[in-house]
Amino acid sequence: MSETVEPILEVRGVQKFFDGRQVLKDINLMVAPGETVVVLGPSGCGKSTLLRVIIGEHAPDAGHVYMWGEDVCCASAERLDRLRQRFGVLFQSGALYSSMTVGENVALPLREHTDLDDQIIEMVVKMKLELVGLRDFENLMPSQISGGMRKRVGLARAIARDPQILFYDEPTSGLDPIATSVIGQLIIDLRTKLGVTSIVVTHDMKSALRIGDRIAMLYGGEFIAVGTPEDFRNPTDERVRQFVEGLADGPIPLRVSKTNYLSDLLGVGQPDGQ
Amino acid sequence: MSATSFVRLLERVGAQGEGLLAYLGGLGYLALDVLKHTFAGLVTRPRIKADETFFQMVRLGVRAVPIIFLVQLLVGMTLSFTLAPVLSDYGQLDKLATVISKAVFPQLGPLLASVVLTGFAGAAIAAELGTMVVGEEIAALRTSAIQPIRFLVVPRVIACILMTVALTVLANVVGTAGGGLVAYLVLDIDPWQYYHTAINSLIIKDVATGLIKGGIFGFIIVIVSCYEGLSVTGGAGGVGRATTNSVVRSIFLIITANCAFTALFYFVW
Repeated sequence: MSETVEPILEVRGVQKFFDGRQVLKDINLMVAPGETVVVLGPSGCGKSTLLRVIIGEHAPDAGHVYMWGEDVCCASAERLDRLRQRFGVLFQSGALYSSMTVGENVALPLREHTDLDDQIIEMVVKMKLELVGLRDFENLMPSQISGGMRKRVGLARAIARDPQILFYDEPTSGLDPIATSVIGQLIIDLRTKLGVTSIVVTHDMKSALRIGDRIAMLYGGEFIAVGTPEDFRNPTDERVRQFVEGLADGPIPLRVSKTNYLSDLLGVGQPDGQ
Repeated sequence: MSATSFVRLLERVGAQGEGLLAYLGGLGYLALDVLKHTFAGLVTRPRIKADETFFQMVRLGVRAVPIIFLVQLLVGMTLSFTLAPVLSDYGQLDKLATVISKAVFPQLGPLLASVVLTGFAGAAIAAELGTMVVGEEIAALRTSAIQPIRFLVVPRVIACILMTVALTVLANVVGTAGGGLVAYLVLDIDPWQYYHTAINSLIIKDVATGLIKGGIFGFIIVIVSCYEGLSVTGGAGGVGRATTNSVVRSIFLIITANCAFTALFYFVW
């Protein structure tokens, strides 16, 4: 990233605790306009928490998040709403409104925040649904479509108002390889054609290498590596290598329990494993 | 009792008291937020969603009409059966309509209508909003810069208050008529005489306090159930807990408020 470009998004020294457990330790990240940054990491490493802090859903315990130079964490509800109108979020589950049809879901941000008349809104809805390949599903309820489709509708809704920044929480998990590829291509197209800045949280290595301009790997609540996809193809850090190559053995353990397995199994010793 | 167990008891009482205060504070904050968004929605854009409000009125209120009709009819009949022998003993059976209407209009009408509505509307609201929290729908609304309070809660609050008042009117009429039905069929009291006695003995205060209380109970039901629904944590179990809590806590708060307002109206009106 060039030094002269003003970052569109900046995360500065963010820390977050849950019940005394530190989930994020001093996270710093600068994202330039039009850049696609992938936040990569194993399950439970704090990726989604970081995303929620950035979009203003969780307040950080320390540090700041700036979007367009404005502090998200200290913004008033009105300011935050104005910021939120300029970015879109794709939730992991799609988070569709279950009482509305697919079309109404995509139309809602337009109905709520614009004065467009119904005909135009309907047209935009069809266009956005076509982008994710679901134009024929406009009149179905979210419960009538599959999980992968719900996620794609969630994406159509997130881009309904042509946001400048898009946040994706696991956009490809649970999708078949073709849909994964379509979503990946869509993220790339949004960037190249419309200059949309994207922050993608995922553990899907293949997608990360394909769509990311930069990849940041989160492990244990901190970034252990930040670099280009090329850097990640030939990693120097053992933890990154284990993750990229998907190895069972390595410095990143699958098991995260702190207690001793045997004493836990037999019900002996201290409850905290000491 | 030893000193330590006494201290422990105090600690427990203190913790419970703190929890109660925090809960009431949460309800108060939500109520203030709702008022703020309601007034803002009356004067500025985005406006209160009229179609959503109407939909909620049908869903929460209109569909409760049959059950409230039935409950109140049975309660009126029961009252008649219970009071008739006592009044007969004093030779005051002609005052039956007075006693029943005086019991139903300011008390039993609003109270029972809102208790039934707690199970009908309160549980539905808590379960619905709770499921929306679990499905990240509320978070999605917020990140789309759509305030859940304005979008979801305000229409439900308006619908629930209007419908509780409307159902109180229904409950009052049906409850008194239920008493009249027994009076006519069993006690041989002329229906016209029953009607006129009831109308003549009711004063504005009886009717007005009943309707005011109906509105207040409706507000309690909807604020408690929205609060419970929106503060759900922990998946399906959390939704179940919120639903149960919304019913139990609403009924408790309604009965407390009923006592308080009855006392207030006794002294100041």
